[in-house]
Amino acid sequence: MHLDFSFLLSHNVLTGLALGVATTLKLFGCAWVCGFSLALLVAGLSMIPLAPLRQLLRLYVEYHRNVPAVVQIMVWYFGMPQVLPDKIGLWINHNGSEFIFALIALSLNVSAYMAEDIRSGLRAIPATQIEAARSIGLNALGALRHVAMPQALRIGVPPLVNRSLILFKDTSLATIIGVTEVMNQVRAIENATFRTFEVFIVGTLFYLLTSLLLMGFGAWFGKRYPATFRS
Amino acid sequence: MIHILQKYGMLFLVGPWPHGPLGGLGATLILAGLGLAGSLPIALLLGLARISPWRLLRWPASAWVYGLRGIPLIMIIFWAYYLLPVIIGDTVPPFPTALCAIIVYEAAFLAEIVRAGIQGLPPGQMEAARSAGLSYVQAMVHVVLPQALANMLPSMVNQFVSTIKATSIVYIIGVQEITYVAQQINTIEVADALQTYLILAIAYFLLCMALSSLAKTIERRLRLRQAGVSRPAGRPIRPQFGEAQ
Amino acid sequence: MISIENVDKWYGASQVLENISGRVEKGQVVVICGPSGSGKSTLIRTINALEPIQKGTIRVEGRDIHAPNRNVNKLRAGIGFVFQQFNLFPHLTVLENIMLSPLKVARMDRVQANQLARELLHKVGLHHKADAMPANLSGGQQQRVAIARALAQKPPLLLFDEPTSALDPEMVGEVLIVMKQLASEGMTMVVVTHEMGFAREVADRIWFMDAGRILEESSPEAFFTSPQHPRARKFLADILHPGMEPQPPADPPAAQAIRLKLQPQ
Repeated sequence: MHLDFSFLLSHNVLTGLALGVATTLKLFGCAWVCGFSLALLVAGLSMIPLAPLRQLLRLYVEYHRNVPAVVQIMVWYFGMPQVLPDKIGLWINHNGSEFIFALIALSLNVSAYMAEDIRSGLRAIPATQIEAARSIGLNALGALRHVAMPQALRIGVPPLVNRSLILFKDTSLATIIGVTEVMNQVRAIENATFRTFEVFIVGTLFYLLTSLLLMGFGAWFGKRYPATFRS
Repeated sequence: MIHILQKYGMLFLVGPWPHGPLGGLGATLILAGLGLAGSLPIALLLGLARISPWRLLRWPASAWVYGLRGIPLIMIIFWAYYLLPVIIGDTVPPFPTALCAIIVYEAAFLAEIVRAGIQGLPPGQMEAARSAGLSYVQAMVHVVLPQALANMLPSMVNQFVSTIKATSIVYIIGVQEITYVAQQINTIEVADALQTYLILAIAYFLLCMALSSLAKTIERRLRLRQAGVSRPAGRPIRPQFGEAQ
Repeated sequence: MISIENVDKWYGASQVLENISGRVEKGQVVVICGPSGSGKSTLIRTINALEPIQKGTIRVEGRDIHAPNRNVNKLRAGIGFVFQQFNLFPHLTVLENIMLSPLKVARMDRVQANQLARELLHKVGLHHKADAMPANLSGGQQQRVAIARALAQKPPLLLFDEPTSALDPEMVGEVLIVMKQLASEGMTMVVVTHEMGFAREVADRIWFMDAGRILEESSPEAFFTSPQHPRARKFLADILHPGMEPQPPADPPAAQAIRLKLQPQ
């Protein structure tokens, strides 16, 4: 097999790959922020002892964990425009609907997993902590915010890092609706230049190196903020 | 939604069969099942290699595990799609291509489950077996692996659920599993896209939920059985959070 | 039977065994005692090579246990080891636990192994539990099965690593009875234990260890009535009169009192 990487020097190819990297990172970053915020909200809300609310949250989490990310993207991109009010639909179409729907789908998806990770972190905290928090005068929200969450988040660092890695890889699924992230660009370049293995090697290296970076960051973060609070 | 189900129900379940190869939900299950079955022996060897004292075994195994966990499955599917015909020397149909990609991918994840299962046993078990004169292999086969495999069962069922969800991407190379069917139906019933895809989502939802609760039941049964092992009869079981030990 | 010569062992930078030497003759019962962290468990685990050593030699029946080209499985098959945590195999029945080594290592045939296992179960008083699972036995019963399992190797010697420390007090006796019977039958035994009554009654030699060294090695009489080393005196005082100041070597009337205190209940 003869590998020729010279096609990389072409301006078009380089811009195409750069766009891919930029889009992947943008999608990953935005989905992470939205997903994590949602997860905090869902985990916090799940502490309220209101049965219908809990069931709703349960349904939310179970739906997004048991339906594949691919299908969730499809439901949003192909299905939702049917029921969205026209004004919103028009705005979305003008502003890169593919990216927006992929972002929504991935954010909701990751939020469900992260909410579960945070919740198991909360469950791992001994009840005596909450008792102590209440006995110094904090109300339920205060106890959650100042005592429970900080500990739960530290305990949850390993599964949350793992989930972040999975989110990063899942950005590649956005290619099915045409988002110009790395996987999509790799396929497009392959189509145009027929240098199949070369461009796929480049794409694979991108994912591999970034994943290793993320794993390394996660390990450092876990050491810096250990669950045992020893510095 | 009912109208779509009525019209395309069979298509969702079994694809073009009997007028063509098995597709739809049937193909999804078979692909996932064969994927898990095929990757298990590889995962056992990889997992053992990961904890072996010999670098020659440890490093390649770790490379496989870390490498494949850092690449999206869709990339591996495309690698299989382009690489297999070059290796075999002939065109490879989509189903076997997807199966190979899934086996290679799942082996990396199952290997970690195997490793955790073996390392989760009290070290006293290996010590007791070796103290009786059993070799490393004998101790593994008769004492460690029987217990480890039982412990790994819930994780393996969860991995099966992940595999089922992972098969949803293989439609992209032409495998006619249930997502492919939904795409087909969508091209015809464009006006009812939401219903079509919701049916798809609900199908996965029901299937995966059922298997996940199976995993939880197995885990509960195992924990009750184990609680009788790590303490002699007669002592009360203290309520545990998280993993049983 | 066992000869230990100038053994040193380090865990990383810290030395856990320092210049350990000793001999155990055939038919002797040696009790190793000492405070926590003294290295006594580590020492006994080096005798069947569960732990490596960095310096010195340990020979069992003349064979070097830590020689680089040794067949460690064959050597271990000739040494019975009883663990503090019993370590029975939970997925096998009691009988299968005992039969595993004879079947797989000594390559006995099933009928013979079965018979041997049943005899040994009878010897430890648990023949009615042959088909039970370990999880359904009490701690004392599990440990007796563990002893039977070790005996199934037909070993010339038995090592015990704190065999009763994980048991509730009311079950300690049933295990000690089995151990005493083995001793009276002439089995060579090395026992790490805190059970001073057992040591007094059954041991031929007592090795007192602290901080990785054997500080005193004497007969039980000598050890319990007039321990030489100050740390041995403190250890005995802590065990017999917790909370009191250690006493200087006892004169005969006090020695009487100590001897009475050491009688098993």
